[in-house]
Amino acid sequence: MASKQFDIKSYTGFKGITLLCLVILYAPLVVVTIYSFNASQSLTNWEGVSLRWYADVFIGPESGKFKTAAKNSFIIAIIAATTATAIATLAATGMVRGGKFRFRTLSFGLISLPLMVPEIVLAVATLIFFNSIGFERGLLTILLAHIAFCIPFAYLPISARMQGIEDSYEQAALDLYATKRQAFTKILLPLMMPGIISGFLLAFIVSLDDFIITNFVKGAGVETLPTAIFGSVKQGIKPNIMAISTMLLSVSIVMVTISYFVSKTDNTK
Amino acid sequence: MSDKVNIAIDVRDAVKRYGDFTALKKISLSIMDNEFFTLLGPSGCGKTTLLRMIAGFEAVTEGAIYLYGDEIENLPPNKRPVNTVFQNYALFPHMTILDNVAFGLEMRGKSKSEARTKAGEMLELVQLSQFSARKPSQLSGGQQQRVALARALAPQPKVLLLDEPLSALDLKLRKAMQLELKHLQRETGITFIFVTHDQEEALTMSDRIAVMSAGELQQLGAPTDIYERPHNMFVADFIGETNLLEVSVDGIENGRATCHLGGGHELTCNAVEGVGIGSTVHMSIRPERLYMSETPVETEGLHGRIKENIFVGTDITTIVQLDEGPDFVVRTSNSDRGNKRIFEPGVEMFVNMELGAARLLVD
Repeated sequence: MASKQFDIKSYTGFKGITLLCLVILYAPLVVVTIYSFNASQSLTNWEGVSLRWYADVFIGPESGKFKTAAKNSFIIAIIAATTATAIATLAATGMVRGGKFRFRTLSFGLISLPLMVPEIVLAVATLIFFNSIGFERGLLTILLAHIAFCIPFAYLPISARMQGIEDSYEQAALDLYATKRQAFTKILLPLMMPGIISGFLLAFIVSLDDFIITNFVKGAGVETLPTAIFGSVKQGIKPNIMAISTMLLSVSIVMVTISYFVSKTDNTK
Repeated sequence: MSDKVNIAIDVRDAVKRYGDFTALKKISLSIMDNEFFTLLGPSGCGKTTLLRMIAGFEAVTEGAIYLYGDEIENLPPNKRPVNTVFQNYALFPHMTILDNVAFGLEMRGKSKSEARTKAGEMLELVQLSQFSARKPSQLSGGQQQRVALARALAPQPKVLLLDEPLSALDLKLRKAMQLELKHLQRETGITFIFVTHDQEEALTMSDRIAVMSAGELQQLGAPTDIYERPHNMFVADFIGETNLLEVSVDGIENGRATCHLGGGHELTCNAVEGVGIGSTVHMSIRPERLYMSETPVETEGLHGRIKENIFVGTDITTIVQLDEGPDFVVRTSNSDRGNKRIFEPGVEMFVNMELGAARLLVD
């Protein structure tokens, strides 16, 4: 425990700055969430609690568009996250267990580069790539782009987890007559599982929420939830957007929460 | 060696290099069937490297290792009938104790139920049956260590390798485990190769000890050989406590060497091969083989003065300064105090040596 003298809470302005940051970060989300339950047609006048905008999302005039978009989003997120997680698991195994190979630093840079590059650059580059090879834009282009940019997000928790697993477990398995494959599936994989689940959920959320890249590489008429919401907003903000945003927000919160708790469970202890 | 069958592990001219660094410099040794064999040395001496080469985790750079007459260089670890008890135990944290012990048996093709029955028997042997459903983290260090032992013994390896398995335990538990290990080795009849840096542990448990330093074999022998007849400076210094004195060999007659240790003091001891007349070498005398008296008991009594007495429980350690000569450490067992005298500091007396106590060392 830090002594009282160095307790950061005693610094002048600590509470004020903390509160200010929290408000700036979360006030919009709170407002959107509250107003999604507004009974009024208006965005700003509160007229009592109602679920009418939630109902509107599912049975209103735009419901068909949103349903298709949501279906696309979830399909893409599930497939992209699964594929990216599988690739990231193999990458982490190679990087963490591969010993010191020549291009290790370079490899790590390449894997995590998409996190550093501005997303718009990635989006334009991906679009140009698909155009140059004559790939017709549609669901498949979105999926491929998502798999690519999800890999680093899945990779980080998996490799962090793996670094915490001593290689003596695998050696013990080999010593006890397991083949390399058995040592991987029976020992390493179960121990890595919290990292893998965590990585999957992170990739899932990143894919589900992505707008910029999706908007560039999607074909005409193909929408995911974020692009559909954006399309709707362009024609004026209606309270149903707040309802749909709140639902998307809840999915994110649930996923991140699960990811947090899973990554905290330590089955090596 | 008339019957080669009795050799469990035969290491022939084994060399291990990591880039420019040579971890093992041409080691050759034979470990007998049913033997408790210890590789002893300070950290970095290559003992663990040699063990890992036998286990199959490190490749042999040059030379060969034979297991009951078969060369094992090309066998991966999972094809070698040897098992390891790891220093940190490496128990699989996501499995129960029973599943941990059953793992090796299952991997060897035993059915799940068969493996579990056998694993249960092994846990009984190490007295941990009541913990079989627990996870490793729920056991104490000593219990984990016994699980690791049961797991490694369960598939009935031809040779069991133990990599400093007791170093994480506290002193009392370590002493108890030393005896338990020794008994287990006798009961199972499996060859044990034990790696440690603790010389006392090595002396207590081993049938034979290989003392290693800087990637080289310094001496190989039974605990009494190594302790009583150290071959060189390193062994004498590393094993137990000793008086290391620089002496000049003045004459050798009838297998006895006459040595001078400065200040006009003279000692005779058995000559050893490699130490000739006129050479200046070191001599080792164990402090417990010296005793003090008012008058010289034999001709070799060395005159000196008591500097200090230190009480260490079972013994009394006395530091003696010889006239114009080096300091001597003399140890008197507390139980011997009736026969052997303790003098007050400042008193002049003679230091005497039991027959054969002095040993010339090859530097």
